[in-house]
Amino acid sequence: MPYPRYLKPSSIGEARALLAQTPNCHVLAGGTDLMVQLHTGQVRPNALLDVWGLEELKGITGPDGTLEIGAAEPYSAIIHSPLVARDLPVLADAARTIGTTQIQNRGTIGGNLATASPAGDTIPILLAADAIVITDRRAIPIGGFYTGYRTTVLQSDELIVRIRFPLDGRRIAFRKIGTRQAQAISKVVLAVCREPARIAIGSVAEIPLRATTAEGALAQGDVAGAVEAVAGDIRPIDDVRSTAAYRRAVTRNVLRRLLTD
Amino acid sequence: MITFTVNGNAVTVDASGARRLLDVLREDLGMTGTKEGCGEGECGACSVLIDSAVVNACLVAVGQVEGAEVLTVEGLERDGELAPLQRAFIDHGAAQCGICTPGMLLAAHALLARTPNPTAHDVRIAIAGNLCRCTGYTKIIEAILACRIRAT
Repeated sequence: MPYPRYLKPSSIGEARALLAQTPNCHVLAGGTDLMVQLHTGQVRPNALLDVWGLEELKGITGPDGTLEIGAAEPYSAIIHSPLVARDLPVLADAARTIGTTQIQNRGTIGGNLATASPAGDTIPILLAADAIVITDRRAIPIGGFYTGYRTTVLQSDELIVRIRFPLDGRRIAFRKIGTRQAQAISKVVLAVCREPARIAIGSVAEIPLRATTAEGALAQGDVAGAVEAVAGDIRPIDDVRSTAAYRRAVTRNVLRRLLTD
Repeated sequence: MITFTVNGNAVTVDASGARRLLDVLREDLGMTGTKEGCGEGECGACSVLIDSAVVNACLVAVGQVEGAEVLTVEGLERDGELAPLQRAFIDHGAAQCGICTPGMLLAAHALLARTPNPTAHDVRIAIAGNLCRCTGYTKIIEAILACRIRAT
């Protein structure tokens, strides 16, 4: 099997140049998805651009009333970050539900975003927090990031640099439903905030989405109405992990619990 | 050429940076202690430590360990003596077919380095990414707990 060329830029500038001049080049961060796809032949890139070690994609900082996570920072760094524990502890809770220690040591939010799986475990929190995806050229509100199943607004040579969470004191609750605690891809994953009203759900449609009708009810203080409406906001399917009917039922039950606990 | 450290020894391999660390360890360096199970980051049989962090070697491109320190199961013993953790696995009957054992040992090693006195729950979390189809885990958990350094 011919191996793709392996490119290791030392700066964002170099990474951009390499991406622009290398056709069919895939960005490699922690490799938890891409290395499997390479090995099985699901993807056959000409080159890998390794951003795992890029300093500009690392770091967890808190500038100006925000929390910023480097796109190539592994989930274990989020789990152990004092800044995350203080300012957005729910993000660490969600990171602990991802894969296993081995995966948490390699998987990154940047990778989760770029892979654009509808089941990305932390993405509902990004949606509930109105996070902003900072790339090498622009700031993309998370609500406009996904365009369809495994597709995003990212251009082919665009690099996610960090994720910015505005901090306004909102309290976000999170729950992931999977077959077991470790190493499970979610059947349903929710992040919920009462004020402002945010109901964000993964694994129930082709993209992680906000349940806008249910949010409208929640904004009126109508919890029962939100729980009633949420089933109409989602588009779950039957697949190897679960059924549409189960996902609908569980989404309602978990939403009710998150809003009444 | 990619240079990194394996079990304290500097190694240089002439390999594509896109190859899996797992394959370079086993095929180029002849270190077959690291096993391949699923090849997709689910089973943990290929667990190794990179700069003290436990990872699945099947998910790491070897170019990514340039300059890093890799620890494999071959690096656990000292001066020909099994590490206490390895000895505990034997004493507790914590290995049967043995395919998961190297990965289990490294996941446990990483846990004990960070948390010298873990609870049984900590141990279960730490080896949640290491699948064993023989022993039923209980003996493995007992072996790891036997290596706790208790606060006195």
